[in-house]
Amino acid sequence: MHEFLTSVFDGVLDGYFYPFILEGMLLTVQVALLSLLLALVLGLVTAVAKLSASRAARTVANVYTTVIRGIPDIVLMFIIFFGGQVMVNDFGVWLLDLSEAHDWPVKLGWEYIEISAFTAGVFTIGFIFGAYMGETFRGGIMAVPRGEIEAGHAFGMSRAQVFFRITFPASVRHALPGFGNNWLVLAKTTALVSVIGLEDMVYRAASAGGAVRKPFTFYLAVAVLYLVITAVSDVGIRWLNRRYSVGVRNA
Amino acid sequence: MDLEVIVANLPLYVQGLWVTVQLVALALVAGLLLAVPLAILAASPNPAVQFLPKAYIYVMRGTPLLVQMYVIYFGLAQFDSVRESFLWPVLKEAYWCALLSFSLNTAGYTAEILRGAIQQTPFGEVEAGRACGMSRSVIYRRIILPSAFRRALPAYGNEVIFMLHGSAVAGVITIIDLFGAARIVNSRHFVPFDAFITAGLFYLALTFLIVGVFKVWEKRWFAHLNPREH
Amino acid sequence: MRKPVLTLCTLVLTLAFGAAQAKEWKRIRIGVEGAYPPFSSVTTAGQLVGFDIDIALALCKQMGATCSLVKQDWDGIIPSLLARKYDAIIASMSITEERKKKVAFTKKYYSTPAKFARRKGSGIEISKAGLAGKTVGVQRATTHDNFITAEFGDTVEIKRYGTQDEAYLDAVAGRVDLLLADSVAMKDGFLDTDNGKDWEFVGPGYNDPKYFGEGAGIAIRQRDQDLVDKFNAAIDAIRSNGTYQKINAKYFDFDVYGE
Repeated sequence: MHEFLTSVFDGVLDGYFYPFILEGMLLTVQVALLSLLLALVLGLVTAVAKLSASRAARTVANVYTTVIRGIPDIVLMFIIFFGGQVMVNDFGVWLLDLSEAHDWPVKLGWEYIEISAFTAGVFTIGFIFGAYMGETFRGGIMAVPRGEIEAGHAFGMSRAQVFFRITFPASVRHALPGFGNNWLVLAKTTALVSVIGLEDMVYRAASAGGAVRKPFTFYLAVAVLYLVITAVSDVGIRWLNRRYSVGVRNA
Repeated sequence: MDLEVIVANLPLYVQGLWVTVQLVALALVAGLLLAVPLAILAASPNPAVQFLPKAYIYVMRGTPLLVQMYVIYFGLAQFDSVRESFLWPVLKEAYWCALLSFSLNTAGYTAEILRGAIQQTPFGEVEAGRACGMSRSVIYRRIILPSAFRRALPAYGNEVIFMLHGSAVAGVITIIDLFGAARIVNSRHFVPFDAFITAGLFYLALTFLIVGVFKVWEKRWFAHLNPREH
Repeated sequence: MRKPVLTLCTLVLTLAFGAAQAKEWKRIRIGVEGAYPPFSSVTTAGQLVGFDIDIALALCKQMGATCSLVKQDWDGIIPSLLARKYDAIIASMSITEERKKKVAFTKKYYSTPAKFARRKGSGIEISKAGLAGKTVGVQRATTHDNFITAEFGDTVEIKRYGTQDEAYLDAVAGRVDLLLADSVAMKDGFLDTDNGKDWEFVGPGYNDPKYFGEGAGIAIRQRDQDLVDKFNAAIDAIRSNGTYQKINAKYFDFDVYGE
């Protein structure tokens, strides 16, 4: 495989394409998938909070989705990347000073925890799309027919059982189109991590394109690679749609 | 919060705000003008006519705005023919490069929204036009487009917000928009949290404003077009 | 993904051993820029090279410490120091009053003047009138940025870049009329390269301490005064034992330390 790819791609883009740019693409895909995972978890929690009986939970969830969806991704990324690091470590040192000053038996705190560009990128993107997923899932859950949920209760299922056995699985089909859309936007948002110094394919295209003075060629190559990601995702989403619509009659 | 620094730099933020608003507004106008013909062609039943506009829409929606902007700003300078052409005085300015890429990008998204809306036109409306003896172009102008615009309005409102948020990448290529202003404040005074949160608040305010405006529009201009409740 | 695990280990370790160990400065992390030839750049193989890098390694050897280099963009280089991403910055950073409010500095380890550069044949002269309406490229939040903003901000258009390299690229592309940068960095990093062959220096060398400070020093968190002292001693040591001069000769044919 390695030899095959080398023979195909060497020479194209001055030998930079393989594995230089493709390694960057791997990082792009990693960031995208990990942040998707985080976004799914956050989205589910948010949706449940938004639909919960607790006013406090609803308020927190609403503030989260409103603020996140009101600020550009790249600004949020800088807030979390620069600001988050300072906060985490200031807190650690504050704890450290406190435990030293009062001679606590156990020393708490830390000098330094690395928030790498990778971590910051994944957390920010996951955090942002958690808000969008939250809205999507809320819509999906609300689309589940009441009767199905009532049937669960009638069988004597607990509230958690009803959620995990009935509401959640049944909501997937309704949430899928929105989910697919969010994923496509998320995948493209990963390009922004290049601005905080993560060596994704955009970052690598910039350095390679600058070195051989062919920025157009390299950015175009990266654009094509994003189209590949989009196209593959399209196929995947269509497949998921078919799977989760089994048993649903199409008009 | 280091309020002193933020207050001292408020003029810079306001200047950035103005650049952001300008860029977004101009890009939206240019994008919409480009989107209407694209959408009409893409909605055509003829596959040969559909092909190019659909490909354009696919590429614009399938690649990141940042990369599109880089292709235009850094990429075009690669070619001597571009650098020597009459277009260079425009393309050498980061501002125009950003505006060009934003316009082309939002045109793709808007065209897709409009195409969907055009294809959802109830056939009865078109038939009614035909029965009145309207020509195809009149049907488009008087029936299909107005009806499609109404259906597209909520989705278009989202696109406007996406464009506002997307426009922050302009700060990456030396333009002092809201985000660019925040970067300057951060690198001069080393207050990342405060600098970017301030920019974030400005964006948040703009987003609320846009949401509000679209709500008013939907109510006021299109209320009479809403389907009647039975 | 090993990163979260690694973070967790760091956390557990620091929790277990407390802060006492860090204070001996056996391990020092140094922030460098890597986009500022010939002082700091990255080879195609991903290796950090340059005057700053060699000085950093020599100082570490002198102090008997194990050092790791951390590459960081200029914009975030001080915030990341404050955030403890590394313990010292060796990145050709000028010692200025504004920066002293946030970080402590060692004594200077080199000092070179700033200069303008113009495209050959453009005939631009450095004066209020000569600069009027011209576009000047500088690296954002550098002493050069401060100088041009304060002295000529009302007559020129200033383009600020994240790295010096980006400014060079836009100069070649014809997006700026003038560049203002460190004379040595610009000569080696641009004018003497193929990209910069159509560009030349113009005007005097600037080193007014009001803008350009006392030269380039090593930035350290203010609470780590002991590390400042260690670095100062090490700078004196490599200056007197000939190590500095060897590194100097590797990159320059003049004394980069200045007066």
